[in-house]
Amino acid sequence: MDSGNIAWLLISASLVLLMTPGLAFFYGGMSRGKSVLNMMMMSFGAIAVGTLAWVTFGYSISGGGDTINNIIGDPLGDFGMISTVESGDAMSIISAGFGATFAIITVALISGSIADRAKFGSWLVFAFLWVILVYSPVAHWVWGTGTAGEGFDALLGAGGPLFADLPGPYDFAGGTVVHINAGVAGLVLALLLGVRKGFGKEPMRPHNLPFVMLGAALLWFGWFGFNAGSAFAADNWAATAWVNTTVATSLAILGWLLVEKIRDGKATSLGAASGVVAGLVAITPACASVDTWGAIVIGLIAGILSSLAVGLKYKFGYDDSLDVVGVHLVAGLWGTLAIGLVASGAIQDDPGLFYGGGISLLGVQAAAAGVTIVYSAIATLIIGLAIKYTIGFRVSEEVEVSGIDLSEHGETAYEEAK
Amino acid sequence: MKLVTAIIQPHRVDEVRAALEAAGVKGVTVSEAAGYGRQKGHTEVYRGAEYTVDLVPKTRLEVLVDDADAASVTEAIVSAAQTGKIGDGKVWTVPVDDVARVRTGEHGADAL
Repeated sequence: MDSGNIAWLLISASLVLLMTPGLAFFYGGMSRGKSVLNMMMMSFGAIAVGTLAWVTFGYSISGGGDTINNIIGDPLGDFGMISTVESGDAMSIISAGFGATFAIITVALISGSIADRAKFGSWLVFAFLWVILVYSPVAHWVWGTGTAGEGFDALLGAGGPLFADLPGPYDFAGGTVVHINAGVAGLVLALLLGVRKGFGKEPMRPHNLPFVMLGAALLWFGWFGFNAGSAFAADNWAATAWVNTTVATSLAILGWLLVEKIRDGKATSLGAASGVVAGLVAITPACASVDTWGAIVIGLIAGILSSLAVGLKYKFGYDDSLDVVGVHLVAGLWGTLAIGLVASGAIQDDPGLFYGGGISLLGVQAAAAGVTIVYSAIATLIIGLAIKYTIGFRVSEEVEVSGIDLSEHGETAYEEAK
Repeated sequence: MKLVTAIIQPHRVDEVRAALEAAGVKGVTVSEAAGYGRQKGHTEVYRGAEYTVDLVPKTRLEVLVDDADAASVTEAIVSAAQTGKIGDGKVWTVPVDDVARVRTGEHGADAL
């Protein structure tokens, strides 16, 4: 038993759990004053039902134990995580706990796309089902088997292994499983629920930018557990992930602010906080694959890409309220693909295109992203439609205008909230 | 008696308060206000989306004075609040029928 590694994973799991309350502040500050409590409650609700979903079926589905036709883990294989806990193996037990914190933050991320307008009970049902039916299977394919290639082969390979002789795909801490997955689900829900009254016409300015900055800081701090903890050891990989996480995130702030300065004339605090998250997202899959120069490139481009992508919702008319698509899907895709370009080959075996590898790693990364996008879109749509046509997903227009905090929670954050 | 009401730039409040004190005014009520005049609003940009903020934050001062002091108090406010830029605000005076001091029940000029 290596107590150093176990201690680091205990700390990492605690750090990642802190990310979701951090996200509550990040999203809550960006929402309007009349709906900030509902926005924050969607994150806290994700902790509550996400944990339940994980310990019941989610962990069993994602884990690498007994499987159903090799495609997903048997949902009843370790129901209640009983056998894992009874095993007495500290590393296995805290790894299962660590996994819960990932499931929670992933589903909580989605809530940003449906601000101000989702019934709280419906959100809880969605979050519970989504962790079991979407997050856990994708986690199984990418992390639950020997390699992500084996996992995708089991899913797709009716005619034989597709990925077997190819490098990768690599996803160290969740570019596909977490960010592309949540980003696609956010887009689907934003389309399913429709735009808020006044979207694109009335100002819906963030009501508390200091909350947004605080949330970004908590996310960054927690993300060290997310990325460096994904080494499952206090080792060279964890240290590399820590450094790359810091470097890429810093550069993404610069990238985002640079675009704002050129396009809008001013560098904003919301831009800096958004750049933090874009950088963290992009380096997540790549944090153990690249050297410092790779992290610089990934971070800088992530900040630039996401700052441009957040404007797409006005062009195409989908109300992704707090930019889950622009930040998580776009930066998650970029980070996942960037491995194919700038992976150094020094830590993980396969170098990217610009480090002397061929084009094949880029292709495999794109395939992994593509499978995740298609599965997440279809499965999220089915869950969303089922909720919409049974218990309903969206509040009435009257509730939306007067403020969802009062009608859904019986509270208001401020005496006079707009 | 007169009620002098002033809408001024929030950053001139301290200067105006000092000027009122120098003019012998014993009390003033200050509140936050929002509105627009020739200054109009301004534009804010959040994640690249422009929002026009129509209402500009202002500070409202209210002072009750004797008829004889109304003109000098108005001048004191104007000179202390003035920056010469659009958006400096306005001061106006209206007659007041009666004033009562809650603590003592005094009425009229005694209550000022």
